[in-house]
Amino acid sequence: MTHKISQSRRRFLATTAATGAVAASGFGFPHIAKAAAPVKIGVLHPVTGAVSYSGTQSRAGALMAIDDINAAGGIKSLGGAKIEASLADAQSKADVGSAEVEKLNEAGVTAIVGGYASFICLATTQAAAKHDLPYIVDVGVADQIMERGLTNTFRFSPGFGACVQQAITGLGAINQGSGQIAKTAVIVHEDSLFGTGTANLLSKALPNIGITVLEVMKHPTPTLDFNNIALRIKQHNPDLIIPANYYNEYVLLARTLQQQKVSSKGIYSVLGGAASQYKFVKEFPEAAAYVMDCNHWFDPKNQAALDLKKKIEAKGLFYTYEVWLNYEAIMYLADALERAASVDRAKVTEALASSTWSHHFMPYGPTKFVKGQNQGAQAVNLQVQDNDIKVILPSQFANAKPVFPMPARG
Amino acid sequence: MFDLTILAPAVLNGLMVGAVYALVALGLTLIYGVLHIINFAHGALLMVALYGVYFLYSLGGVDPYLALPVMVPVMFAIGYGLQRGVIGRSLSNKKKSRNNDANVMLVTLGLSIVIENLALYFWHADTRTIDTPYALAVVDIGIAILPVPKLIAFAGAVVVAAILWLLMARTDLGRAIRAVSKESRGAQLMGIDVEHIYAMSFGVGTACLGAAGCLLLPSIYVEPGVGHIFVLVAFTVVVLGGMGSIVGALVGGLIIGVTESLCGLYLGESLGQIGIFIIFIAALMFKPTGIFGQRA
Repeated sequence: MTHKISQSRRRFLATTAATGAVAASGFGFPHIAKAAAPVKIGVLHPVTGAVSYSGTQSRAGALMAIDDINAAGGIKSLGGAKIEASLADAQSKADVGSAEVEKLNEAGVTAIVGGYASFICLATTQAAAKHDLPYIVDVGVADQIMERGLTNTFRFSPGFGACVQQAITGLGAINQGSGQIAKTAVIVHEDSLFGTGTANLLSKALPNIGITVLEVMKHPTPTLDFNNIALRIKQHNPDLIIPANYYNEYVLLARTLQQQKVSSKGIYSVLGGAASQYKFVKEFPEAAAYVMDCNHWFDPKNQAALDLKKKIEAKGLFYTYEVWLNYEAIMYLADALERAASVDRAKVTEALASSTWSHHFMPYGPTKFVKGQNQGAQAVNLQVQDNDIKVILPSQFANAKPVFPMPARG
Repeated sequence: MFDLTILAPAVLNGLMVGAVYALVALGLTLIYGVLHIINFAHGALLMVALYGVYFLYSLGGVDPYLALPVMVPVMFAIGYGLQRGVIGRSLSNKKKSRNNDANVMLVTLGLSIVIENLALYFWHADTRTIDTPYALAVVDIGIAILPVPKLIAFAGAVVVAAILWLLMARTDLGRAIRAVSKESRGAQLMGIDVEHIYAMSFGVGTACLGAAGCLLLPSIYVEPGVGHIFVLVAFTVVVLGGMGSIVGALVGGLIIGVTESLCGLYLGESLGQIGIFIIFIAALMFKPTGIFGQRA
């Protein structure tokens, strides 16, 4: 009996205390109970139009990062403020991308992440600069994006200058390891900013490692037939075929080369559209076997990167570079928001510029921003081996050794 | 600049690519010939056909070529339904829908946008391809290596054109279609159900896309915007061959294919389509009725 009374007294006291706390927080001290206002972030990608696949993948990566941040308690220095994504579609067009930036600015976003394609990023970063709106380029590799002195623009990932540099260093090392077996190359590139810029840099740099460029062939996006290009490559009989194009064209080119029985000592792409895509390896294992690429990649020894891979694959998506580059771009912004402890654009810009963020899973050097570009960012050398994509260089991140020249195909 | 070892395969490849263009243009020319409307939804309907073939293969294991008996009637039904339910009713006065080209053109444009966005919503922007056992099979004829799927598409285009020609020339339906295309009021007075014939024409034109989908998917990919790649060239083929001409679509397709291939070879792939549009402008200037077209 006593026990019963005692229990109900305790319960009464607990209930009263809880009710009092709720009442106090809800009415007496509204500044305590009021949830921190969400931080609006523009998530801008081309989710329709010619590069919509990449745009959709990019958006998935960005949204997953936002979910993870919010699930972990939001931005703590802002009272646990949740991040709220304002989604925008550039429709694979630069002018539409710029118009979307204007809308996002009107909507009061603190920063924008995305763009994906270089030609879109060129326009959208400039549009954002008019409003001093911090803009994080997710993928856009054209170096021009970062060379215009826009103080609002940041890129955590590498540009194609750095990628080509790594590609040349890596190829030089791989070729030397095989006794300098490759002496000639043909470059096949798509004819927009990304492909043309990459091809120009490669044409200049390849002779420095003893490789003569026999021909540079360009093609539009989309291209449905690579027969002529395959015939011309066959006529040159190069040691290396170097493609720099988007996914669909890369796949068609690889299949046509196989059909036309074009043999070479290696296929070595730089930012190859398909060479570092699990989708390509899964759907066309024969065409993908032993293809090498110098591209964005995650650190294969980092558990966080592998955990994200599992989560993305559980959603029925392929773990592509668009996904993790966007994931990391959002995380980089979240770190800046945390340090800025403000949604003021100038303070966020300052925090982004002074970032030394190290909790990422990319195979990069120390984070340091110079004119908006992360100096630690780098591409890595990859090769399709055993129906998987392996890092072959730099050695500190490698999980396989290069196979070059590639074995003859059937 | 290029010797025969590269020129001959380029011409043969051009013929095979041209047959693909012809396949797409066949339905377009039939619809234009009878309904006198420029069907902007043609590319979107081709995309639907390609997705149909893709899902039959990936979900049901049906080989793309064996999917022909399924896809042709399904696409026919879609085309018939669209003409009867949407395009034919787009204006309150049905006679107007026959004559007011601009409005019907806008309806087909709207249809293409709706279809593409529905595809984007349901199937996402993901590029899908199929890997058949014969996808990389080739026939080596000495002067060129010809991919088997493209050879089959070439043969398929010729067969589809022949069937269409026979349908138009030798059957009651073909006679009724021709009568309606020349003089719809007169045909109506002779007891022909003109609205039914319009829908049949649109249905047959769309059924051609069902065949095109089956013949194309082993060589290309599908995504919601894939129709755009073909439809502009298909319009050129129709103008060159003669609007409404079945034989014209086939011959026009082959000419355009070879032109594109040779321009690609000599001028580079980025400029490959220049030749197509030079032909397009020249046809409009010097022979606006096209090679096999008749004066209106």
